[in-house]
Amino acid sequence: MNASHAQHDLQDIARRIRRRVVRMSHDGRAPHLGSSLSCIDILVAAYWGALRIDPARPDDPDRDRFILSKGHAAAAWYATLAQRGCFPDALLDTYNQPGGALPEQPSPNCAPGIEAATGSLGHGLSLGLGMALAARMRRQPSRVFVLLSDGECNEGSVWEAAMLALAQRVGRLCAVVDYNKWQATGRSNEVMALDPLADKWRAFGWSVCEVDGHDVDVLVDAMKAVGEHGEQPSVIVAHTVKGKGVSFMEDDNNWHYRVPDDAELAASLTELTPT
Amino acid sequence: MRNAFADEITQLAARDPRVVLLSGDIGNRLFNPFKESFGDRFINCGIAEQNMVSVAAGLAMGGMRPVVYTIAPFVTARCLEQIRIDLGYHRQPVVVVGVGAGLSYANLGATHETLDDLAMLRAIPGLTIVCPGDAMEVRGLLRASLAHDGPVYLRLGKKGEPVVHESVPDIAIIRALDVRRGDDVCLLSVGNVLPIVVQATDLLVERGISPRVVSLHTVKPLDEAILRDVFAQHVVVATVEEHSVVGGAGGAVAEWLIDQPTPASARLLRIGCDDRYLCEAGGQSHARERYGLTPASIAQRVEAAYRHARPLTMTEWVAS
Repeated sequence: MNASHAQHDLQDIARRIRRRVVRMSHDGRAPHLGSSLSCIDILVAAYWGALRIDPARPDDPDRDRFILSKGHAAAAWYATLAQRGCFPDALLDTYNQPGGALPEQPSPNCAPGIEAATGSLGHGLSLGLGMALAARMRRQPSRVFVLLSDGECNEGSVWEAAMLALAQRVGRLCAVVDYNKWQATGRSNEVMALDPLADKWRAFGWSVCEVDGHDVDVLVDAMKAVGEHGEQPSVIVAHTVKGKGVSFMEDDNNWHYRVPDDAELAASLTELTPT
Repeated sequence: MRNAFADEITQLAARDPRVVLLSGDIGNRLFNPFKESFGDRFINCGIAEQNMVSVAAGLAMGGMRPVVYTIAPFVTARCLEQIRIDLGYHRQPVVVVGVGAGLSYANLGATHETLDDLAMLRAIPGLTIVCPGDAMEVRGLLRASLAHDGPVYLRLGKKGEPVVHESVPDIAIIRALDVRRGDDVCLLSVGNVLPIVVQATDLLVERGISPRVVSLHTVKPLDEAILRDVFAQHVVVATVEEHSVVGGAGGAVAEWLIDQPTPASARLLRIGCDDRYLCEAGGQSHARERYGLTPASIAQRVEAAYRHARPLTMTEWVAS
């Protein structure tokens, strides 16, 4: 079921998704563009390199699950699912439009592939843990991937889930932290002393893999290894750049809330032109 | 109630392989029979209620039928957001069981009292709220809750309460149960106060008043048919609950009443805990006395309302 693609192809797909996401933010007047751009390579690695899914069968009980726990990056999730063939690209035009199918943050079952409604932080890892436990009880092969933001790791419930996942020895659960070093109003290592983040996960007993969160190949390898650590849950600490792909947005936290105007949209699309 | 719950959930797990029990590090020996038979479907989630509720939602999304069990304030207020989003918004079939609700653990103070859960949970769309009146109702309503296609909050007392029903009654979510027939007044008993409500009606009978008792076990959605009936048939209708008078079952009935197309002639009386913390030692029976939740106090309030509301007979009018 995995789509097989060369590295160049995956980079091209990521670029296309970034173009779509910038346009969605502009057209839908929706913020959190920086947060969306930072996790797109992770989404591409998951959906093209790791997840055992069939876009034509979104309800297959044996499918792998993916939860975007950082629901504010929904535009990136929607655009990825459309690009992967889960639903038509035209649906993306309804993003954040009054009465449209795709809210600024995902609602339950708003589109095929949306495994959970998110937006309030600190829910996704627990939901994913429940899904992984259900798969084990029902003897299904599913693995569960949950994408968290670094700011999200402020929430105590994340660490509640981390402890229970180890206690229950749920080896088919993988957390990916989009570690872009920013949260809404400041550096994530200053607001809540997040650093050393990888060591925190190690101390919680998880199998930790620290990677460049924009290197799709490395991400694919790390995700493919999920479930191969026996009963130990995995976390991929993905070092990323907020606003990745658009030079004037990169590592500028103003793009947590800013929406691109016409000129900024044009400049972004120029930078993201396929090579 | 909790022993009935533990026994019934074990029987239900035998019948349905999707049933999974999550406990917030309580009920250790209580669930031994469950664990012995279905150890792979018992998860001690530790003292981490937010995670526990979301894990239950994830289990339900994966096709299981989870039942979440811990002390009522910790499985409601502590994880309210997980209930409203992961269970309510997602409409997941999870049964949230709050044990020791109301004043059951009054000896442990306000941290362990649950006088506000109905007020909070009533505002969650699609959440069914069920308050069994005795151990028999627990069994019947647990079965109904697990068969229900959506989230349910099941509000239990503790253990050793008197049993009102001789056997498991024919019971369904929403449909309130007539426990005692009477003409003059009607007491709508909500949850674990049912035994003292029945005692209160014995006192009313001694005072020449004919009381009806209804176990209004489902607070949401309300049994509108029985409400229309009781407000048409009786002079006084009293809700009785071990919950704050703010936003509880009495509040739900009052909201329903005010929205009716024609005003009711019956007087509604809300009997519950007044709006304050109790900051002193003492167990459930002491706390009930302080809040006026004793058979004598309930009977007195209902009788006073009845005497006030009912037109005087000719003899009484002459005497007055």
